[in-house]
Amino acid sequence: MEKVKVKRWRKRDCMGLVYVAPWLAGFLLLQLYPFLASLYYSFCQYNVMASPEWVGLKNYITLFTVDTDFKKSFMVTLVYTLYTVPGKLIMSLLVALLLNKNMKGINLIRTVFYIPSLFGGSVAVALLWKLMFMDDGVINAVLGFLHLPAIQWLGNPGVALKTICMLEIWQFGSSMVMFLAALKQVPASLYEAAQIDGADKWKCFFRITLPQITPIIFFNMIMQTINALQAYTSAAVITNGGPVKATYLLGIKLYKEAFQNYKMGYASTISWVIFAVIMAVTLLLFKSSSGWVYYEDGGEF
Amino acid sequence: MKKKTKKRINLIITYVIITFIGVLMLYPILWMFFAAFKTNEEIFGSLKLLPESFSLDSFIEGWRSTGRTTYTDYFINTFKMTVPTTLLTVMTCSLVAYGFARFRFPGKKLLFMLLIATLMLPNAVIIIPRYSLYNSLGWLDTYLPFYIPALLGTYPFFIFMLIQFMRGLPRDLDESAYMDGCGTFRVYWNILLPLQKPALFSAGLFQFLWTYNDYMNPLIFISSVKKYVISLALRLSLDAESVVVWSRVMAMAFVAVLPLIILFFAAQKYFVEGIATTGMKG
Repeated sequence: MEKVKVKRWRKRDCMGLVYVAPWLAGFLLLQLYPFLASLYYSFCQYNVMASPEWVGLKNYITLFTVDTDFKKSFMVTLVYTLYTVPGKLIMSLLVALLLNKNMKGINLIRTVFYIPSLFGGSVAVALLWKLMFMDDGVINAVLGFLHLPAIQWLGNPGVALKTICMLEIWQFGSSMVMFLAALKQVPASLYEAAQIDGADKWKCFFRITLPQITPIIFFNMIMQTINALQAYTSAAVITNGGPVKATYLLGIKLYKEAFQNYKMGYASTISWVIFAVIMAVTLLLFKSSSGWVYYEDGGEF
Repeated sequence: MKKKTKKRINLIITYVIITFIGVLMLYPILWMFFAAFKTNEEIFGSLKLLPESFSLDSFIEGWRSTGRTTYTDYFINTFKMTVPTTLLTVMTCSLVAYGFARFRFPGKKLLFMLLIATLMLPNAVIIIPRYSLYNSLGWLDTYLPFYIPALLGTYPFFIFMLIQFMRGLPRDLDESAYMDGCGTFRVYWNILLPLQKPALFSAGLFQFLWTYNDYMNPLIFISSVKKYVISLALRLSLDAESVVVWSRVMAMAFVAVLPLIILFFAAQKYFVEGIATTGMKG
């Protein structure tokens, strides 16, 4: 009797494989294969029309020693990431803390704050940004009204990247909603206990709130870094990489090399550099996470 | 008494800050709407939010686009691209999540690890081989590069989200259905699927949103103007004329974001829940 039961269970469990089969096919065909193929292409000369031709490390050598655009592009991307990821996190955390009170109209406020995030990476808001931040656009009109000097938001190489970062930070809604949910999960008993012990607001924040929401900060940091390092749309639409390549993100360079110059091999090399940076940052974050990310269940899930 | 006034002042400051940020959030969108009614002279160098006059000309002119293809076409194309993609994503991801959440099949641990690893696989790395693959299959300039990845569930984010949701559904439900002689698919279809609805809805909404907003993938895979989606058409509007009539561009930009705003207000609950649950468990 027992034996039969065990056998039937096994058979049913194997059905799981049937259900995950489509994903497995997708994984092998559309994720693993392209992943390995792009690694191979990165050592090849390849223009889609002819089959890839092995050239060894040539692409990498060109990229790191000859191609000055790449160095510039790499730095621009790093700066973009260093502005947008912390900027978005801090902004969303601050707003979430402000909203984490029993206030009237909280739902409406949350809704309003989320609206810009609906258009994440869309061309429509990129066009809007481009128009608003033009030299004689509305933003400079506001500055003029306040008797402040006008700024060349998009024409000045030192400013253009920051203008694009602002668009990204403007869309902090998703992280904000995550933080709000996380803040609600912090047990009230912790605050009560702290209050009895005479802890002030700042202590409560740094000793209770912040440690409790570190998993969300961690998750957001990784996901946003991955996205930021391959960002494309807003910079491509607003400035198209200019002025003097001040906003020439790696994503734009990758697109231009691959789909305008049809240097697929060289572009694959760029994509693998992006991947290497993502891996390095992610590993670094994971390595450091045991020091600052707090898990209720000890990190096992 | 003193504490009470202090509390009140605090609350007022909070409201002032929140209102200020709220204005920063909404003003650009409002400005975009009103800019659709302005002439170029009104748009540049002026502070005024409201236009001199309201006329729908720029909407009508903008909608006409290149003349041969209009925004009617672009909208139809966009829905042709996004709706099947969204439905296929939800369908496959839900089935795959069922497989992961409810069965202990051989190799599950490894496969689950791979699934999680692909969460971090950047699109930049796989896009070039995918392009040449689609090219050799003759899928370029069709919407298949959007449908097939959805059909094959290559959106680990949604699978993960649905797994987490399904874990929260009691297993006793399955057990009792098995007792009654249901097969695994019946259990999924009749019992788990109805319970999963809110999560499916959230996943669907986000997939719709992301596909609708996507610019890079259509740019790479779609080449003929008559198959253009809205994001490509909007970009086209900048190049089309030597002097850009900004009111038309803003009118169409507003028309492009309007469906998202309506959708958001109609389904707010699912947005908020979707974000909150995925973030929490990550």
